[in-house]
Amino acid sequence: MIVIDPGMAVAVQDAGRFGLRRFGVPLAGALDPILLACANALLGNSSEAAGLELLVSGPTLAADQGSVAIALAGDVTVQRIAADGTTTSVKPWTAIVLASGEQLKIGPPRRGIAYLAVSGGIQSAPMLGSRSTYRRAGLGGFLEKGGNLPCSAPGALHQGKEWRWEDGPIRVLPGPQDDHFPAESLEALEGAQFTIGPASDRMGLRLSGPVLAHNVKGAEIPTDGVVPGVIQVPGDGQPIILLADGQTTGGYAKIATVISADLPRLGHLRPGDQVRFQRVTRTEARQALKERQTSFDRWCANLSGAAGEIDQEALYRANLISGAISGQDE
Amino acid sequence: MAEHADRTPQVPELAPRVRLLFLGDSAITLELPEENAERVLGLAAALDREIAAGAFPGARETVPAIRSVTLHFDPLVADPDSWLKTLEDIAAEAPTARPEPREWVLPVCFDADFAPDLAEIAAKPADFIDALTASAVTVKMLGFLPGFAYMGDVPDLCRAPRRKTPRSAVPAGSVAVAGPMCAAYPWTSPGGWNLVGRTPVKLFDPTNPDRPALLAPGDVVRWKAVSRAEFERS
Repeated sequence: MIVIDPGMAVAVQDAGRFGLRRFGVPLAGALDPILLACANALLGNSSEAAGLELLVSGPTLAADQGSVAIALAGDVTVQRIAADGTTTSVKPWTAIVLASGEQLKIGPPRRGIAYLAVSGGIQSAPMLGSRSTYRRAGLGGFLEKGGNLPCSAPGALHQGKEWRWEDGPIRVLPGPQDDHFPAESLEALEGAQFTIGPASDRMGLRLSGPVLAHNVKGAEIPTDGVVPGVIQVPGDGQPIILLADGQTTGGYAKIATVISADLPRLGHLRPGDQVRFQRVTRTEARQALKERQTSFDRWCANLSGAAGEIDQEALYRANLISGAISGQDE
Repeated sequence: MAEHADRTPQVPELAPRVRLLFLGDSAITLELPEENAERVLGLAAALDREIAAGAFPGARETVPAIRSVTLHFDPLVADPDSWLKTLEDIAAEAPTARPEPREWVLPVCFDADFAPDLAEIAAKPADFIDALTASAVTVKMLGFLPGFAYMGDVPDLCRAPRRKTPRSAVPAGSVAVAGPMCAAYPWTSPGGWNLVGRTPVKLFDPTNPDRPALLAPGDVVRWKAVSRAEFERS
């Protein structure tokens, strides 16, 4: 596919770049890997296949060398523009095939983030083992006007239910430096409401709320390892939650860490949104992750053939034939 | 501890207690009682060997830091509770590693526009430059940004607290000091350290997957003052 308009803050993301944190390389990867996996599943791709993460305003793309299948996961408005200029709206959660010459104009997500998957996954050149974009160090795929997003010819086409994250507090495990805080600060973390600040991005969320005071041990520690989801509290007592592009090590005391099951939910929070936290045990964290995995497996098992299309396989073959050239070499 | 020579300590002197700290449900930090570079690297190497030998299914990677090593794992696969005994045993052995130190001489240009904080933190910038370039610093760890090396300790004359208000964009290549540490920013990024010069050296190479960062813990770095012309030629 060719990029007609790169949109804003659109990035190629996959499951992330593991194994290089000792060199200071952040994981990057999709903020919500489950939603990316949903988009991929609609096309029969592996969960880790690279897609586009849509944060602000989406790109306009065109199938320029043969047909290509696409699927969207998230709450996003999309228009399909035929070669003759006819515009129709495209719904998320249903895979479609774009014929050569057709364009896809993706608007801003109505809330949170959304993902676009393409048949075969975006096959941009991996850098250091991943296609994920980490802008600061020039790693991964960037969308530029006129640039190419290599993908494969259409394969499976599915329709799925909307994947919805549960509401409710974000669950955390205390520590690793909860001993730098008095009991009142831990209670405030759990009892109070926090607001996402404007200086939030893929590196982290800055929260404002009650001051989480430190005890005599203070705010600073000898720099040590961090993970996405960790809640650092600098001297001003206002927490910062690191996300996918967050640094690999940090020197602020960490009061608590968001459990893996809830980490993707953080990616959907926008400046001004409110968030609450709830302490859980490690057993509960493990259980929550298992339940999330079961929910995703069930979601995948309930995928059906794309709506309104009588013979999916026939349509797919027809598309391939009419496209003449597969998108493999784009 | 000569005064207690008649007693047998409960904990061997060489292996003071290492704390195991859960970092959420996807990592454990093994924290030494004090800063000790050889023990940090020894512990990271020992853990890497165990990971390679299959002792920790689901383990992803280790990250050595100032006085700790973080062991990251896939929470869907790993059963970290079953590792605790092995981790404690490894820590109790207090492995050490002293990598063959590589020595680097890195050029740095101290021109005023590269060193906006130098006049503020040094009464006599020339003395600061002499002290910094006359000393050698050791890479303690990498973190913060790809290829960002924490190096220390700088001479007393070169120490300054972090800036109260971090800059939103520190230019790539900036050489900076904070507390007893110095560093060079491999990438343009926000940063709160004091900028004292700029190096033309490429500190991170994404085309080298085995060794993308130029510097590694244990490396010895000497800063060499260069002119603007030399900086621009590099």
